[in-house]
Amino acid sequence: MTFFFFIFAAMTLIGGIGVVVNRNPVSSAFSMIISFLGLAALFIQLDAYLVGILQILVYAGAIMVLFLFIIMLLDIPKAENKRFPVFTLGTSIVVVVSFATLIVTVITRSEVGSAKLPPIDPVKGTGNSDVHRIGELLFSTYWFPIQVVAVLLLVSTVGVVVLSKRELK
Amino acid sequence: MDSALTLDHFLILSGLLFVIGLAGVLVRRNLIIIFMCLELMLSAANLTLVAFSRFNVQEGQPNYEGHVLLFFIITVAAAEVAVGLAIIVALFRSRETTDVGKLNTMRN
Repeated sequence: MTFFFFIFAAMTLIGGIGVVVNRNPVSSAFSMIISFLGLAALFIQLDAYLVGILQILVYAGAIMVLFLFIIMLLDIPKAENKRFPVFTLGTSIVVVVSFATLIVTVITRSEVGSAKLPPIDPVKGTGNSDVHRIGELLFSTYWFPIQVVAVLLLVSTVGVVVLSKRELK
Repeated sequence: MDSALTLDHFLILSGLLFVIGLAGVLVRRNLIIIFMCLELMLSAANLTLVAFSRFNVQEGQPNYEGHVLLFFIITVAAAEVAVGLAIIVALFRSRETTDVGKLNTMRN
């Protein structure tokens, strides 16, 4: 259990670092896919099967294909061959390192985080899976947010069509 | 090495992933890469949600409200990516660049 956690955590982190470090945008996108696959494995390890599958389908499938499509459509040159500006790089490193230290310190000092993984009941029958329970919640308690999200998707679709029109005034 | 997984493992991993995304947003100059790093930060937040939901077991079941929130986050992220990439394409059409250093019209 712990072994697999560290394998997939390493996969996620290395993919994430690859996104930042790679000079070629296409390589960055593929590193991002690796990172998302590791993250989906971690979700499944946390017994969140629906969310893990959604992560693969929506993020690694749809969103990253969209990114790759746009990268290849725009034909962005392998830019940034010049060095990064020293001031920007230095400031960024200071901000990032201090933020990482802050997060790790706060998390390790809190009492909450030392909780062991509690056992859960195994899935029996059809009405007990996480898909079933999330679906029930979505269409009973959270019926209004679902409607709002539907409207949001409609608005974004219309917005994309309007933005993509040739003559943008 | 500690044999049992704790909440700390997942929270620290999520924090590190968030910091990597933040570093990308600060360091990179390509608009599309910055956008991808934003998605990375969203995913880090997702991991935190799932971890807290799994460690908050009530009556033998994880707290599924976290999963519901994550469902909404994924939907909003998909809509955001669609609109954002459309804006980037429109920007590229008028300026022929995606370098944020060259998009400085509002500075003067």
